[in-house]
Amino acid sequence: MEISAGDTAWVLTSAALVLLMTPGLAFFYGGMVRSKSVLNMMMMSFITIGIVAVLWVLYGYSVAFGDDGNGFWGGLGSVGLSDVAGELAANGGVYPIPFLAFAMFQLMFAIITPALISGAIADRAKFTTWAVFVGLWATLVYFPVAHWVFDFGDDELGGEGDGWLAGLGVLDFAGGTAVHINAGAAGLALAFVLGRRIGWPKTLMKPHNLPFVLLGSALLWFGWFGFNAGSALGANATAAVAFATTMLATATGVLSWLLVERIRDGHLTSLGAASGAVAGLVAITPACAFVTPIGAVAIGFLAGTLCALAVGLKFRFGFDDSLDVVGIHLVGGLVGSLAIGLFASTSVNELGKDGLFYGGGLDVLGTQAVGSFAVLGYSLVITLILGLVLHKTLGFRVSEEDEITGIDLAEHAETAYELFSGGGSSPTTGMATHAAPAERKVNA
Amino acid sequence: MKLVTAVIKPFKLDDVRSALESFGVHGMTVSEASGYGRQKGHTEVYRGAEYTVDLVPKIRLEVLLDDGDVDDVVEVIVKTSQTGRIGDGKVWVIPIDSVVRVRTGERGVEAL
Repeated sequence: MEISAGDTAWVLTSAALVLLMTPGLAFFYGGMVRSKSVLNMMMMSFITIGIVAVLWVLYGYSVAFGDDGNGFWGGLGSVGLSDVAGELAANGGVYPIPFLAFAMFQLMFAIITPALISGAIADRAKFTTWAVFVGLWATLVYFPVAHWVFDFGDDELGGEGDGWLAGLGVLDFAGGTAVHINAGAAGLALAFVLGRRIGWPKTLMKPHNLPFVLLGSALLWFGWFGFNAGSALGANATAAVAFATTMLATATGVLSWLLVERIRDGHLTSLGAASGAVAGLVAITPACAFVTPIGAVAIGFLAGTLCALAVGLKFRFGFDDSLDVVGIHLVGGLVGSLAIGLFASTSVNELGKDGLFYGGGLDVLGTQAVGSFAVLGYSLVITLILGLVLHKTLGFRVSEEDEITGIDLAEHAETAYELFSGGGSSPTTGMATHAAPAERKVNA
Repeated sequence: MKLVTAVIKPFKLDDVRSALESFGVHGMTVSEASGYGRQKGHTEVYRGAEYTVDLVPKIRLEVLLDDGDVDDVVEVIVKTSQTGRIGDGKVWVIPIDSVVRVRTGERGVEAL
């Protein structure tokens, strides 16, 4: 059977765009930590790409999108992508797209979701334990939850093998629940498991490179067009709606976060602009194909405002969610998922619904709340248990000395910046040594 | 011989440097420093969390001088770096036992 070249091109391009978001996130987070822990922060994202990609091929895709399971997981029928390669996936268009294009596009979502969590435990997590956590969390939380929300089974609604939230009619176009509420709740759980950084909140742990943060937010914004508009799985009218709403909500998020800062703190900060953009992006994600452009402006305004206020909660409740995964992803995800109940309109997408402001009553809001809090509760509980088990067995925190000296040197044997141009090193092993091989010292 | 050390506001460095140049001082060492005096620090706000940063950025400027030039040079530095506001900095003078110019091996006043 023929495939749609245009739709395939757009989905493949979108997959690459979504992949770029994870390095973008690494810059966004990396700039916010101190110079002694930027490499560790960025590595927490990079290793996620490696781990989740391999798990996805082994069984992740099958658990998320396989056809052999029930409403809670997809089963193991597609292990090793065995029945996927060479197959075609219906995407609602006249011609289908290759199944591998769909599988790779969805892989990128599975990668960035655990990476998002890392911001909650900056500067202090043992790296090997983080790597183990990523593999287990993807397995126990992301893959099943992606099935709940994103797997529509054989046909549009109520089909065979669909996820239980998709079957209930929960609307989440690109991952407000499965990605953002999910990662935000997990971040909250891990912040409790690992505890506060030494010195927090009395000591100022100021961002060491705000241009990195702005660069990261720009890469996220760019990649997010793939995340949202790509979720249409084709180069079609729905993709255009998602593209427009993504742009507008994000732009409004920048402005409304800065407005809060101007009123509350007096200054318009670069960190605030970058954060407002991400808050807007997070909130429009579930709603992007279901709301009008004006609805998107309203959602961006709500997200920028509420997230700017929510980042203060950690000080009130005393949990060191270091880079505000809760304040931005959990709160932003909730704002967007619930806002569908208010602003959704079938005038932009007949597969959507009408929210409260478009004559739809409160039903949609109720369904959205069920979806949001089901994912929130599941992620919070499972992550808490998983985090505590890893903390008691492998240990989840580096030593006090390593944390204060800097986690980059302790965990990676590297430092990010060399600002002193003098010498001061001598070869121990390897290429750099001038000694005869027999005289080389072995670095035990 | 004396060592004159001045801690001044960073934006005054160019003024002080050109004033010293026209006075006839041909060399100096400049470094970035941070510290505080009576003005204490300034406040920074990150995502709404407000912190007082105690250490304020300053410039430390060091000049080696023959005894006879010291009073004039100190006056030039003070006059050019003064704004009259809190945080203008300090200038102090300490005696130096010996100085060697590395290139030629000259010692004492010859090395200045």
